[in-house]
Amino acid sequence: MSKNYDVIVVGAGHAGCEAAYAAAKLGCRTLLLTINLSTIALMPCNPAIGGPAAKSHLVREIDALGGLMGRIIDNSFLNIRLLNESRGPAVRALRAQADKVLYQSLMTQALESAPNLDVRQGIVTEILVEDGAVQGVKTKHGVEFTAPAVILATGTFLRGVLVVGQLRYPGGRAGEPGVNELSENLESLGIELSRFQSATPPRLHADSVDYEKLTEQPGSPVPLRFSFDSDHDDRPQIPCWYTRTTPKTIEVIRDNLHHSPIQSGSVVGEGPRFCPSIDRKVMRFPDKLDHQVFLEPEGRYTKELYCLGLTTAMPEYVQEEIVRSIPGLEHAKIMRPGYAVEYDYIPPSQMTLSLESRVVSGLFTAGQINGTSGYEEAAAQGIIAGINAAHKVLGKEPVILRRSEAYIGVLVDDLVTKGTTEPYRMMTSRAEYRLLLRVDNADLRLRPLGYKLGLVGEEQFARFNDKRRLINETINWLNVTRVNPTAEVRAKLQELGSGDLKKSVSLADLLQRPELSFADLKFFADCPELPGEVIEQVEISVKYAGYVERQLRQVAEFQRLEDVKIPDNIDYMKIHGLRTEARERLTAVRPVNLGQAARISGVSPADISVLAVVLKDVDKYVSA
Amino acid sequence: MTEQTIAAIATAVGEAGIGIVRLSGKEAFDIAEKMFVTKRGDSPKSLPGYSARYGRVVDPYQGRTIDEAILLVMRGPYSYTGEDVVEFQCHGGVVVVQKILETALRLGARMAEPGEFTKRAFLNGRLDLSQAEAVIDVVRSRTEESLAVAVDQLEGSLSKRISAIREQLYDLVVRVEAIIDYPEDDIPELEVDEMAEVIRTVIGELERLIATADQGKVLREGLKAVITGKPNVGKSSLLNRLLDEQRALVTDIPGTTRDTIEEVLNLRGIPLRLIDTAGIRESDDVVERLGVERAVQLWGEADLIIHVMDGSVPLSSEDREILARTRDKLRVVVINKSDLPRVWSLDDLDARDLGEAPVVEISLLEGELTPLVDAVVGLVSKGGIRESTASQAIVTRARHKTALEEAKADLENALETLSMGLPLDLISVGLQGALEHLGEITGETVRENIIDRIFAQFCIGK
Repeated sequence: MSKNYDVIVVGAGHAGCEAAYAAAKLGCRTLLLTINLSTIALMPCNPAIGGPAAKSHLVREIDALGGLMGRIIDNSFLNIRLLNESRGPAVRALRAQADKVLYQSLMTQALESAPNLDVRQGIVTEILVEDGAVQGVKTKHGVEFTAPAVILATGTFLRGVLVVGQLRYPGGRAGEPGVNELSENLESLGIELSRFQSATPPRLHADSVDYEKLTEQPGSPVPLRFSFDSDHDDRPQIPCWYTRTTPKTIEVIRDNLHHSPIQSGSVVGEGPRFCPSIDRKVMRFPDKLDHQVFLEPEGRYTKELYCLGLTTAMPEYVQEEIVRSIPGLEHAKIMRPGYAVEYDYIPPSQMTLSLESRVVSGLFTAGQINGTSGYEEAAAQGIIAGINAAHKVLGKEPVILRRSEAYIGVLVDDLVTKGTTEPYRMMTSRAEYRLLLRVDNADLRLRPLGYKLGLVGEEQFARFNDKRRLINETINWLNVTRVNPTAEVRAKLQELGSGDLKKSVSLADLLQRPELSFADLKFFADCPELPGEVIEQVEISVKYAGYVERQLRQVAEFQRLEDVKIPDNIDYMKIHGLRTEARERLTAVRPVNLGQAARISGVSPADISVLAVVLKDVDKYVSA
Repeated sequence: MTEQTIAAIATAVGEAGIGIVRLSGKEAFDIAEKMFVTKRGDSPKSLPGYSARYGRVVDPYQGRTIDEAILLVMRGPYSYTGEDVVEFQCHGGVVVVQKILETALRLGARMAEPGEFTKRAFLNGRLDLSQAEAVIDVVRSRTEESLAVAVDQLEGSLSKRISAIREQLYDLVVRVEAIIDYPEDDIPELEVDEMAEVIRTVIGELERLIATADQGKVLREGLKAVITGKPNVGKSSLLNRLLDEQRALVTDIPGTTRDTIEEVLNLRGIPLRLIDTAGIRESDDVVERLGVERAVQLWGEADLIIHVMDGSVPLSSEDREILARTRDKLRVVVINKSDLPRVWSLDDLDARDLGEAPVVEISLLEGELTPLVDAVVGLVSKGGIRESTASQAIVTRARHKTALEEAKADLENALETLSMGLPLDLISVGLQGALEHLGEITGETVRENIIDRIFAQFCIGK
């Protein structure tokens, strides 16, 4: 068996899977190495995809580009719901409860059957580097695999430490070993590491829960899917359940706060603010007594229930007390205790926008190793790292998505340009152009790119083109079709609760009225029969036109600075017009264009003006 | 090119004999077309490069003439910046120059960043590469200087009021964003009425702030001063002496009605806008010509009243009445005709009506004006107004005002969106826009703050 590859991916979590699949799909001989073949695409925390807005946007973008996550969750969810429906199309979000075992199986199957891709068990302990460039990896068993590009997607395994109460012991996840050698190796290569932590709640036995005291949270009666390629089926959905903490819960936690790792200091490293442990919630919001608790099935063929809202790394006996203070859980049995994990990450300002290390050429990173949190964030980086590692090998330009183009672009740019002081999670509030980056139009934004790259197949793309053509034709038709203020039309409008019509208008004008939908237009013209996804696009395009155009103008203005490229070898220390702080920050981040430079904290508008001038005569300022 | 057209005052305002407002960018001609009427009647847009026209700068929104001026047209790439450039060369006075600038901004130009003309010139290849470092110094120093002024201006009441407004807006935005980004967390819903009320309150406060900015006071726009007194006490002589003395007659600005005009002069760096001087010159009697009501209204609007009396004739009931009616205003009392024998003394005036107003005895016919100027400057300085270069203040002020107005417009959009029953994702566009415009004044990054505040205020997460 050949040990020479084009791309090697280390780690088969959500980042690693997408990375390996993308690289292989682009024609690179790819090796995916994982510590344990049985834990490919494991969901070690919440068994769900989507949820908080922006996570589903990421999944749709991955799917539009040709990635796996959307298709696999569609084929493995236990229930799916639409969130934020009334809050506008830009922020609508999907949340699917995964059958986590099935998700793993389907992902494993997809990878095992992918051409150009070898999946293999092995613990990577060393990156082989020569003259600052990656040559391959070496495993704990002493096997060497060579490749000009390596993608690290090691999750929480680098110098991982598990924490429960005062107890600390090595581990990447419960039941799995951590890896210390690779951290030491990275440091010896000149890569700076830092510590983050994360935690997960206990899992309960489904038969030990009193459902009478819980509120059922059923799946959506309307068919919903993440992937643009998935078909709908009518599989029965399994509900989640809902309850709340009581004053007794708060009392138990308060009485035991000295056991809480975040209080006692037995865990170091910053944790995510958006995923606080129940201990932290009680400490930070002492007046709030009833915190939400969701009980979520982990699979069709397991009795484990995930306890969303009860994240904690308190000692197990305290966890029992906490759980049993909650209505419906008085007799609940814990199957897996909650715990915290502390791990090394690479502060992401050490990488470029293509997710390649600036210290070691050919070394790419994706997922928690870059300081992020979340399966979707990891997968989004994975597909980008996979594409860019392949492009590096193939001698092609890196793919960098713009902030105005995709949440993935916002994600990568935030990481590289701003860095992060806590495990980073995507939120729609992070995007400047939220109305453009909608969950519904991810295919319109990114499918053409996915096709051009070779990740989206001919058939998929043909279907997309049909949809796009129908949307454009329909919008055109709405613009040219006139409605006259006849008595009949005016009566119908009144009946629909819409304002009177004084003069002839286009159908598009009518559709812009907030109270009218596309379906209402059939009263005024012969409407064609159209697929729901086309109607959705048409409605949003027409109704939001004014707002969207405004954001498009802002994007044009924004793009001006983005288009001014900064050469990589510019020497900021030679530019005397820059303030010292700006020189240091620019040298650290090494922005690729003026727009990115302007987003770096510590770089002022005046510094950008100076840079703009310098870039005209940049030869004087580059290092040899 | 998507370069926005930029505008700025190119001369030191208030001091120079002529004032230049310069525009550069692809819309420069379009804007000139809307705000300049050539004497010849030809269209500014049609002018060949390097031509000049005499004519009037007008405010198309109010249909009024701002000033007579010369329009200079340069077509890119043959211009200083390499872009289409127009310049309005007018009489260099604070009010006029600022008004021209504001009109250009309202017509779509953006306030130029410090050194931006130079920067564009450089970027468009109009400056020699060897000048690069000199340009950097210019950009650097001008930016630092203007930042210093901006920060300076922000210390004090303006900054406090903007902060208070921002806090209200942040509270709303943070709730909106928390609801949007964390749909599964129990964050209280926002009612339409509640949102509308907050937005309306903030709009109201912005309006008050904009109005304050409009009044502008002293250094910014000039002190609104009225010369008043009964007929034949020497009001027109005083005006002419002031104008002669300062040689700083800028222009006539027609007021809201044809009966008032303003003249701007510079009294040791303090710009004075003399109101209703046309009235004084024509009939020498404001009260008689306009009626008491109008006169009282004018006094009410004035920042400073120069009350002229004749010391050589007996006090009249009119003198006493003016003194009584202007009691609560900033005043200088001028007793004219000191070259003639005095027939009354200060003791003859009601001490309560006179209050602490400085009294200057003077002969406008042959005496020095210095004591009067001293009195005015002394009075203004005591009122907490310090000297500074008017041009810097105007530039930063124009920015602030633009930012406040844009914030207000954004909130009005949000309110309209809300009233149309449209969802949060659209409402938030206006709300965030408003916060960002206010952030332009204070120089903070809104986006990060919103996220920090979400986690500080709401117990989010699982």
